[in-house]
Amino acid sequence: MTKYDDLIEYLLRVGDSAVVKGQRLCEWCGNAPALEEEMALMNVGLDLIGQARNWLDYAAELIDDGRDADQLAYCRDERAYRNLLLVEQPNGDFAVTMAKQFFYDAWQYHMLQGLVESSDERVAAIAAKALKEVTYHLRRSSEWVQRLGDGTEESHQRMVAGVEEVWRFTCELTVGDEVEQRLAEAGVIPAPEAIAEAWKATVSEVLTAATLTVPEEARSFYLNGRNGVHSEHLGILLAEMQFLQRAYPNATW
Amino acid sequence: MYAQMVETGAKRVKTLEEMSPEERAFQERIDAEVKIEPKNWMPDAYRKTLIRQISQHAHSEIVGMLPEGNWVTRAPTFKRKLQLMAKIQDEAGHGMYLYSAMETLGADRDEEVEKLHNGRAKYSSIFNYPTLNWADMGAVGWLVDGAAIVNQVVLQRTSYGPYSRAMIRICKEESFHQRQGYEILLTMMQEGNEAQKEMVQDAINRLWWPALMMFGPSDADSPNSAQSMAWKIKRHTNDELRQRFIDQTVPQLEFLGCTAPDPDLKWNEERGHYDFGEIQWEEFYEVIKGNGPCNRERIETRRNAIEDGTWVREAAVAFAEKKKKQQAAA
Ligand SMILES: [Fe+2]
Ligand SMILES: [Fe+2]
Ligand SMILES: [Fe+2]
Repeated sequence: MTKYDDLIEYLLRVGDSAVVKGQRLCEWCGNAPALEEEMALMNVGLDLIGQARNWLDYAAELIDDGRDADQLAYCRDERAYRNLLLVEQPNGDFAVTMAKQFFYDAWQYHMLQGLVESSDERVAAIAAKALKEVTYHLRRSSEWVQRLGDGTEESHQRMVAGVEEVWRFTCELTVGDEVEQRLAEAGVIPAPEAIAEAWKATVSEVLTAATLTVPEEARSFYLNGRNGVHSEHLGILLAEMQFLQRAYPNATW
Repeated sequence: MYAQMVETGAKRVKTLEEMSPEERAFQERIDAEVKIEPKNWMPDAYRKTLIRQISQHAHSEIVGMLPEGNWVTRAPTFKRKLQLMAKIQDEAGHGMYLYSAMETLGADRDEEVEKLHNGRAKYSSIFNYPTLNWADMGAVGWLVDGAAIVNQVVLQRTSYGPYSRAMIRICKEESFHQRQGYEILLTMMQEGNEAQKEMVQDAINRLWWPALMMFGPSDADSPNSAQSMAWKIKRHTNDELRQRFIDQTVPQLEFLGCTAPDPDLKWNEERGHYDFGEIQWEEFYEVIKGNGPCNRERIETRRNAIEDGTWVREAAVAFAEKKKKQQAAA
């Protein structure tokens, strides 16, 4: 174990989550409920893919085995992917998409606020740029959760179902593991408990304002994105995303 | 060009003597290159023609996202993915911007979109062709955005103020798209392997003729051109623009090290232009009529997006009204 192992692991987690979430947003292209949303979903996706590249660039430098960010994203198998289970879930309808987006944005927001203070300068710099973007993402997804939750009878029902659909995957947002504990002690990342508390507060505030019930805390069972034990959806997503790099290894694009 | 066949309703162009005083003042204003603004009087036919033209253009921007959306989930690197996502976002922006310009003429965006979905409104025929390999993302940027620019650069001087201003803004982004598309192809040709080079030539083979068709029917078959030219909502004929596009594109094609699927394409010293082969007009009219390779899928995708999103838009309206009432009560 080198002194960077924990940090590499963590960079892969945040980077992979951003790339997978961005990929899901790409799937909305041409299918959004309004032109304004067409632009907004692509815009958020663009930010996330950009963030993913920054995190994975840094990870690649620390791994230092000749791979770059592209190879990390496009040539790792699903078992090596470290993203949250939440972000790999299918888009479903706009309510499911917004539920996923909101839970993820709230997590990113609180995490990045801590990362801005990181003892690792590079992490702090990447986080500072990302935080500006994510502040807007969170505002937008919070607004949509409220619009849909407190809109029409149909949108309310769909938002209830959307939250219900993905809530079970939120356990990963509120429980840190040993890697994160060690990084937190070293001042590289904020304490997982602090992120969890802040996340729960934001979620409860927004869901309540949206006339939705805050579900009981989700419990983890078997699956674990951080250790590469994913749902079946990730492999298919990666097969599509990685197609060209896999079919034409070492090609320049 | 994104508006290929715009009906003007005019059999022939009226002379100044035949016009009413209002019409004459309007035409003189146009002849003097003074922009027409939304509050100015304008002939009904001018208004209707412009609505058709701008809405066709806007629809094209939106439908045009679909062939690119087909590859955005498969872009090969971070750089290419980010570029393509940004381009698609730009196109959505162009659509919105053009719909706004169209609404200054009293048209309604939802109504015009409805016409697109039920097949009564047109959009550029080019977007009814499938994108079948990654090089298509380069070829679309280079040839399709490239052809659009040739048309739109002249539309920057179009007589209707809001349309002209929209074009100025949009053209900047389209040229960026074109350079980016060309760079995709250049990278594949200069640094790529054999398979990648084949992709590039294949993309050009499939998109070359459809790109030339973007300029619309030949002048002999463009009955609406004369009126549109008199109104200065069109400033050059289809064939002039097509020639201009070919003349500027062939050197770029040669620099790539690729060929066009046209044995008749060659420099004509006397004319100072490239000669080129006969366009398959039958194919063009079939695609325009809705029988192209992807017409059905494109419209279905757009219709489904808007229909499936109805409950979302209704929720947004209901929520906004609730908030308004709550504020009024407070
Ligand atoms: Fe455009
Ligand atoms: Fe355009
Ligand atoms: Fe473009």
